Amino acid sequence: MTVAGWVTIFAFVTVLTALALPLSRHLAAVYGNGTTFLDPVMRHPERLIYRLMRVDPASGQSWRAYARSLIAFSLAGWLLLYLILRTQGLWDFTGLNPMHFASAPWNVTFNTVSSFVTNTNWQYYGGETTMSYLSQMAGLTVQNFASAAVGIAVAVALIRGIAKHVSDAHATDAASIGNFYQDLVRTILYVLLPIAFVVAVALIWQGSIQNFSHYLSFSGLAHVAQRIAMGPVASQESIKLLGTNGGGFFNANSAHPFENPTALTNFIEMLTVLLIPAALVIAYGRMVGNRRQGYALYGAMMVMFLGAVAVCYIAEAHGSPAQHAAGLHTAAVNGSAGGNMQGKEQRFGIAGSALFDVVTTVTSCGAVNSALESFTGIGGAVPFANLSASEVIFGGVGTGLYSILLYVLLAVFIGGLMVGRTPEYIGKKIEAREIKLVALGILVTPLAALFSTALATASSAGRASINTAIASGPQAFSETLYAYLSQANNNGSAFAGYTGYSGLVGNAAGSHGFTFTDLLGGFTMLIARFVPILFALAVAGALVSKRVSPAGLGTMRTDNGTFVVLLIAIIVLVGALTFFPALLLGPIVQGLTGHLY
Amino acid sequence: MFSGDIAKRAVIDSFVKLDPRVQIRNPVMFVVELGALITSVNWIAAVFGARLLGSHDPAWYTVTIAAWLWLTVIFANLAEAFAEGRGRAQANSLRSMRQQTVATMEDGSTRQADELRRGDRVVVVAGELIPGDGTVIQGIASVDESAITGESAPVIRESGGDRSAVTGGTRVLSDRIVVEITQEPGQSFLDRMISLVEGAARRKTPNEVALGILLAGLSLVFVVVVATLRPFGLFAGTNISDTTLISLLVALIPTTIGALLSAIGIAGMDRLVRRNVLALSGRAVEASGDVDVLLLDKTGTITIGNRLASEFLPMPGVSEAELAEVAQLASLADETPEGRSIVVLAKQYGIRGRDLGELHAEFVPFTAQTRMSGVDIDGTRLRKGAGDAVIAMITAEGGRPPAELRALIDRIAGAGGTPLAVARDNQVLGVIHLKDTVKEGMRQRFDQLRAMGIRTIMITGDNRLTAQKIAEEAGVDDFLAEATPEKKLELIREQQAAGRMVAMTGDGTNDAPALAQADVGVAMNTGTQAAREAGNMVDLDSNPTKLIEIVEVGKQLLITRGALTTFSIANDVAKYFAILPAIFVSTYATTRGGDGPLHVLNVMNLGSAHSAVISAIVFNALVIPLLIPVSLRGVPYRPIGAGALLRRNLLIFGLGGLMAPFVGIKLIDLLVHNLLGA
Repeated sequence: MTVAGWVTIFAFVTVLTALALPLSRHLAAVYGNGTTFLDPVMRHPERLIYRLMRVDPASGQSWRAYARSLIAFSLAGWLLLYLILRTQGLWDFTGLNPMHFASAPWNVTFNTVSSFVTNTNWQYYGGETTMSYLSQMAGLTVQNFASAAVGIAVAVALIRGIAKHVSDAHATDAASIGNFYQDLVRTILYVLLPIAFVVAVALIWQGSIQNFSHYLSFSGLAHVAQRIAMGPVASQESIKLLGTNGGGFFNANSAHPFENPTALTNFIEMLTVLLIPAALVIAYGRMVGNRRQGYALYGAMMVMFLGAVAVCYIAEAHGSPAQHAAGLHTAAVNGSAGGNMQGKEQRFGIAGSALFDVVTTVTSCGAVNSALESFTGIGGAVPFANLSASEVIFGGVGTGLYSILLYVLLAVFIGGLMVGRTPEYIGKKIEAREIKLVALGILVTPLAALFSTALATASSAGRASINTAIASGPQAFSETLYAYLSQANNNGSAFAGYTGYSGLVGNAAGSHGFTFTDLLGGFTMLIARFVPILFALAVAGALVSKRVSPAGLGTMRTDNGTFVVLLIAIIVLVGALTFFPALLLGPIVQGLTGHLY
Repeated sequence: MFSGDIAKRAVIDSFVKLDPRVQIRNPVMFVVELGALITSVNWIAAVFGARLLGSHDPAWYTVTIAAWLWLTVIFANLAEAFAEGRGRAQANSLRSMRQQTVATMEDGSTRQADELRRGDRVVVVAGELIPGDGTVIQGIASVDESAITGESAPVIRESGGDRSAVTGGTRVLSDRIVVEITQEPGQSFLDRMISLVEGAARRKTPNEVALGILLAGLSLVFVVVVATLRPFGLFAGTNISDTTLISLLVALIPTTIGALLSAIGIAGMDRLVRRNVLALSGRAVEASGDVDVLLLDKTGTITIGNRLASEFLPMPGVSEAELAEVAQLASLADETPEGRSIVVLAKQYGIRGRDLGELHAEFVPFTAQTRMSGVDIDGTRLRKGAGDAVIAMITAEGGRPPAELRALIDRIAGAGGTPLAVARDNQVLGVIHLKDTVKEGMRQRFDQLRAMGIRTIMITGDNRLTAQKIAEEAGVDDFLAEATPEKKLELIREQQAAGRMVAMTGDGTNDAPALAQADVGVAMNTGTQAAREAGNMVDLDSNPTKLIEIVEVGKQLLITRGALTTFSIANDVAKYFAILPAIFVSTYATTRGGDGPLHVLNVMNLGSAHSAVISAIVFNALVIPLLIPVSLRGVPYRPIGAGALLRRNLLIFGLGGLMAPFVGIKLIDLLVHNLLGA
């Protein structure tokens, strides 16, 4: 550990909070139909889009109508992306496929499309060896925007369900939780596009590339012919982070120097990932009319986040038992930060890598700037723990907020009983219907992860995806478990080695996918994304027209320290009780032994 | 707490309840029973030499686990049976008085009591049992209601007014009344009471349903966690037996709260009945814990109800003693509480009671026309009465009321009191200050309610000024003056529209609409049948402040459920640390048969793998009977504010639930491993 490392971490938290506060005001205005500083620029395109889509933004939707629109939009996006990726070879005339890549096989494409539509960005393919520029830009990047906006829309709808005061339950818009298309369009125009543009410019300034050129060929110092992949990187990189998507332009993701050139861009990229999730939580407090509610959630998330960062940083700076046993040099000395540098970039160092990977695994981003599988047992257990907590520590854009709100309702229910009142959250009673929806909404993701991992480990078709040359025993189990935890949580990061695609470098001729693994992963992502969304929207629908009771002395408060502790305890307990046995056989075994697998 | 009969019956019932058709209603315990069944079958198969999947356990281990799983279900049944048994004991004593009576109809014919229908009119004379619930439509009688209230003093029941309701099974002690039956056969007060305390009519309350869903959800999670552990184990080269997997599942699912949930509900109802409150639904009991606003009638609830003399205020030139003497003489024949209170106050001036006969006094009673009363003694007229009536009388007789009189009368009225002017012939001697007295201890009760987060609103027909004075004195939060039934109803609707839960008590027919509108309406048993039917609870003691106890019972009900749920879930951590290291003790061991890396998780240092699993299951089972008293008594509610209450219960049941099983399982392991050699 170094002072500079800790300073980086605390500077990051400070800057993040300082940026999230003003952004939260902007978000509250965007979704509360207030005026924003972007109105002069965006109002006209916004209206034009509504006219083209034949949408009346003023007409509210019930939760069912909202959900129907959301599913229809996502399905259309899925089909379009599948079409683009499978017809990749037909678009060479545009000049946007200079390397003449053919399409990936159907099974890998199924996985990839499901992955990008669900904001997961799990990648069984290597970007620079599989995707044309057209596929990257018109296909994947479009979904980076769209899937992020869908997540935010769900969060905003749930906030409305909680915040809305309906004086007349029979009024025409009493059951309205907003208009999906309006939320979608405003998210993209007023939030994602402007910030993504600024970040892309900053990345280009620091050395990221943005071109349509043919890959560069040259002979290196060893006189070996090499190729350097090119492409419109910066524009895709910025939304990849901002939308907590995480799908890299290149296979090496944010470790690649064109995606993440310097220590400064590393800092900017981490901020970009957490910016909207953090601001949305604070905006939540504004939108329900009690900012302390937002700060309480922010506090709970921050405590868990800092805990994860501290464990990961200390573990990586300390090195693994195996490294110590082998007598490797892990102490910090002049000119070296020491610790476990395996799989890490020198320009980011241990703090920059540990922080980055916690940032992208607490959120559903999943971008990585270092190799998770090369982390120490305990350091590597941190991403597992983050995923086990169901991405509620800030979480994906929107996803994190609506997911933690389900946990909040659960905590309110248990805590509310213990103070002797029918539990209520911000004045609305939490009854059998809400608890049913909340319980199901919380269960789907962890159960999907466990179920898929069991199928994958128990079947020979599943075990075929494990590269037995480099992994066995607990390491192989970790890779498999992580693959499905990551896909179920729509994260997208990986403990490498587990694959669903055997591609060849070049024109991908002879490549083939692992159908079982591709389909299992694809369906895991789709189910774990859309089923909880439907439950979250149903909760919004159940709450929206509820009578609001004023808080009294007998009401359990949800904006103080006691509740934050209760909430953290419940999140940790649910995650731990669900995944402890599985984690035991993967990272925990590895953390307890000097044996290498 | 438990009598022998109840215990014996409960033990038998706990076996009868093993019927899967009973268990399926409680998903958590159904899973346990299913596990017990599978384990038993596995044991029998092992005894006969069959080898089932993953079954490499010694038979003694399988049968021990099977036995304790059955015991777990039986303990859960026992909890429910105990709660039901205590209710049934009460029901039996109620039932014993529901003897077959023959009703005499108004036309002289007779009919069996259980054939009476709504609208039938029956005649009941002294010594007979009233054959069914109804309203007195003719006559007046003293009735012994001790059968339902436990109160032995007879009460008066008369036609008209607010004391007209009679309950079937109570006995008429004097006179003759005609009762119009207001019940259909089998739905009498007594019938409902019996089915309620027996738990037969028990329907799950809303919060109980919600909690049940949560527990089922948790069970589902653990079913998947445990089911997936088999392939995970096989991947790591560890074959986990059915018996051990089932043990892990049972240890993890929330059996503690699952086992006690219905006992808690039954016991809550029972606690209310013990306080002589009859709730017509469990929903109402639960709602009473949520009450935000309590409406209380001033008269008879907050104040004693009768205005009592508090001071004598003489006119100039008259001594207090003289005024007291005249006031006493004028009141000697007055049997109203006001009149008696004047005599009592006069005693403080050394004025003894005198015999009116000796004084040759003639009593002049109060009439609505004169609005005064008094006595004539040897031609001297002593009068006391409403201030303006007395002034009018004196002026009419040519007297001149003192200038100070009007001011004094206004001052007393302004302060919420009632001024009674006292006159001797045409001379006004002074004024008696009659005060509505706030009952003792009311302020503390309202402070208690405030600490619970409940606002009290006083309802009174008095004018604003009077109402305000009394409200301040009693310490209520707000008041509604010059109340009419319509205004009362409007106030309730207003509070409900603002999202508040409203409770109120009432007894009169004109209270019925408000009782029906309120979320919790407690009717007084002395009240009318209309009021009793409009409310959702009846207080047999007719004590309006009983609502405080009702609220406490409602809150206790929820707290107990929440606390035991927390305890149950927190227990799981220790159970993981007991069972998982036992399962994976030799997984990835470097030497064959040696300890693998995961054995370090055996933080409790349990003796052996079998003993660890058995200890966890034994602990899991024993916790249920140990917590039966808590679930029957309820976790105490303290009016210390929600925050402090939450912290307190989190510490006791959350942290306690985390720690307790570490200790308990270790102790059981010492016994099982070291003494019994498992």
